[in-house]
This record gives sequence, C-alpha cells and structure tokens, in this order.
Amino acid sequence: MTDAGDPTDEDRTTRSAVLTSAATWCDRCGADATAGPHPGCAAARVLEPPRYCGHCRRRMKVQVLPVGWAAVCVEHGERRG
Amino acid sequence: MPEILDQARTQVLGDGVGLDQAGVLAVLTLPDEHLTAALQLAHEVRMRWCGPEVEVEGIVSLKTGGCPEDCHFCSQSGLFTSPVRSVWLDIPSLVEAAKQTAATGASEFCIVAAVRGPDDRLMKQMREGVAAIRAEVDIQVAASLGMLSQEQVDDLVEMGVHRYNHNLETCRSYFPNVVTTHSWEERWETLRMVRESGMEVCCGGILGLGETVEQRAEFAAQLAELDPHEVPLNFLNPRPGTPLGDRPVVEGKDALRAIAAFRLAMPRTILRYAGGREITLGDLGTRDGLLGGINAVIVGNYLTTLGRPATDDLKLLDELKMPVKALSATL
Repeated sequence: MTDAGDPTDEDRTTRSAVLTSAATWCDRCGADATAGPHPGCAAARVLEPPRYCGHCRRRMKVQVLPVGWAAVCVEHGERRG
Repeated sequence: MPEILDQARTQVLGDGVGLDQAGVLAVLTLPDEHLTAALQLAHEVRMRWCGPEVEVEGIVSLKTGGCPEDCHFCSQSGLFTSPVRSVWLDIPSLVEAAKQTAATGASEFCIVAAVRGPDDRLMKQMREGVAAIRAEVDIQVAASLGMLSQEQVDDLVEMGVHRYNHNLETCRSYFPNVVTTHSWEERWETLRMVRESGMEVCCGGILGLGETVEQRAEFAAQLAELDPHEVPLNFLNPRPGTPLGDRPVVEGKDALRAIAAFRLAMPRTILRYAGGREITLGDLGTRDGLLGGINAVIVGNYLTTLGRPATDDLKLLDELKMPVKALSATL
C-alpha cells in the first residue's frame, strides 16, 4: 500500500514496527485523548478504521479491504483490524 | 388501502410497469401506518419480477483519497479537510481482496477509484489488476472509475469488466447543490457510452443529501428513465470534514419508504443495499428492507468505512430463505 503505486521500502519497514506504548491522541479525530474519553468517536469507530496515529497524531495511510483494514503511520508502523 | 398502493398492485405487480414520479412521491409520503403494506407490496414485486435470489457483491478502493472533485458527501475529495489520505492498492492486495469477496459466495467484485476519470496510470493498474483477478479468482469484475472517454469504455470492455458503476448520486435539479466540479449531464454521458458498449449499467445514488422528498421522487423517475441493470441505494453517512458532515442521517422509516418506492418505480432492476444502511437502518431495518424490495447487498466493508461482517448478512439471507445468486447464474 502506498501513495505512489507498489509498496516502498519505507512501507515495508514501517509494517514491521510494533506499537507498544499507550495512545495519547484519539485515532478517529486526532484530538487529545488524555483529557477524557471520546464517546462519540468510540461509537463511530465500530464502523470506521482509525485515521490518526494514537502515538503521534500523524494522519495514517489507511486501506480498507472487504475484510479488515490496514493503517500505516510512517513513524509507528502498521495496525491491522 | 391507499389508492397509490392499489394502483401499484395492478400496474407494477400485475403488469411490470413502474410507477411514475407522481406515483413514487405518493409512496414516499405515505403515512407510517401504511409503510408495512408498501414494503410488502414492494417485496411481492421484487419476487415476481426478479425472483428470490440476492446478488452479493464486495467492493474495494484501488485508489483512495486525493480526488479533485468536490462531491460534498465524500471524504475522499482532496478539496476538504478530511482525514482520509491518498493511498493506492497494489495488485497482490487487490487480488487478495477479490479472494476475500469470493469466499463470501459473492458473484461480483467492484474495483473503485476516487478520481474524476481514469488517467493512463490508473487504466494500466486496472488492466493488470483485472487480468490478475481473472487468472486467480472465480468472480465477475465490475469497475467504478468516474467519467470515461469512449476509448476508456472500449478498454474496459476488452479487459472483461462486465458492469460499470457511475452514480448520478441525486436528482438533476439538486445535483448542483452536491457537486460543482462537474455536471449531472457529464455523468449521464458516461452512462450512455457504457450502455452502448454492452457493459451492464450500475447507477444509483445517496439519499439524505438535503434533497426534498419531491426531489427524491424526481431521482427515482430519472433512474427509471435510465433503466440501469443495478441501482445501489446509499444512505448518507456524514463524514467528518466534508460539507455534509453535520447532516442528520436519514430516519429509518423514510429509508424504508424510499426502498419500497424505488422498487415500485423499477420492478426489474437489481436494487442493492449499499453504504449507510448500518447507521440508518440497523439490523432490524436491514431485514425490513430485504423484505421490502431490496434484492442485492454489498457485504463486508465499504471504501473508507466498515460494514457489518459478511457472515451476519449471509446468515440473515439464510434465515429469510433468500438464496445467494450463484456466479454461474450471472454468466
């Protein structure tokens, strides 16, 4: 998955990264997630993939597939759901 | 029984002639107490003129986001502050998506791109992707790539694309409120070329864009005039960052009224549940629609949002004794 055709080395590298620390940002709206819960976002996320990296707030490259999704943060790697 | 339903029983169920715009409006404005009767009649019409089978389809986005058009409902427009980033799907992943779809028993797999129309790069990706799918997966391939030139129509036919989706989205009179970067007539021209090419025409739209109920009836009548093989019926799922991001979702009963009305306008078409049904209708409403004129579903996820698990829909079809249309029946 890339924004320029076939996967790049960068994509391959970030896919292998592993997320380990707690999220700071809401992965739906990108707002601060430490100040309190986002019930609206949590409800919406049942039918949406994440759009922001919870660790750095970067917008992720997200590919929705018929079954599941893949979201890639250039810094923190890939999440799948 | 309201007069319009008596008329529809004779005209649509009996003779297979769809309701006109005034008739559709009468169904769309039926009081709640007559909704069940309208859905029941629409179901009878569907069973008589289409049969019990349900066509199952999966879709995938080949090129996501970064679209130059300004369709006000769409999170993939590059003109809005949507969080959706531009992404391309590679060929192996495209084939895997087709396999995922085929595994549900679906007979259709639609490849979609967020573009005004395909450029040479996208057509090359399509050519390679369709060939790879046809080599490995037993499924019909459809496409939705925006507005086409005649040469591109011919190329898609040559690739083996059997159906082309190009939604009019809403009625002609309301379209300029939804899209300003191209016209309803430009979309119609692509649909004309697709029909003349021999590809099946798939054309529907989205309800809940702010159109009036009269404009909803106008839309049904314009689709009936087009007479597409398939009509995908979406309900607005307001997307953050889009001009329609704060609009309310369509009320469930209005959505069901629309399903019945569109079926009574187009007794023979494939009327497909598409995006937004989960938030508009929920599980119970999904069942009501399948018993009210719907005879096709998109299973699994959509382009940028997620759907019900395919297994939930397939289980429901089984409970309703509605067989999934087999691939062999489409060839």
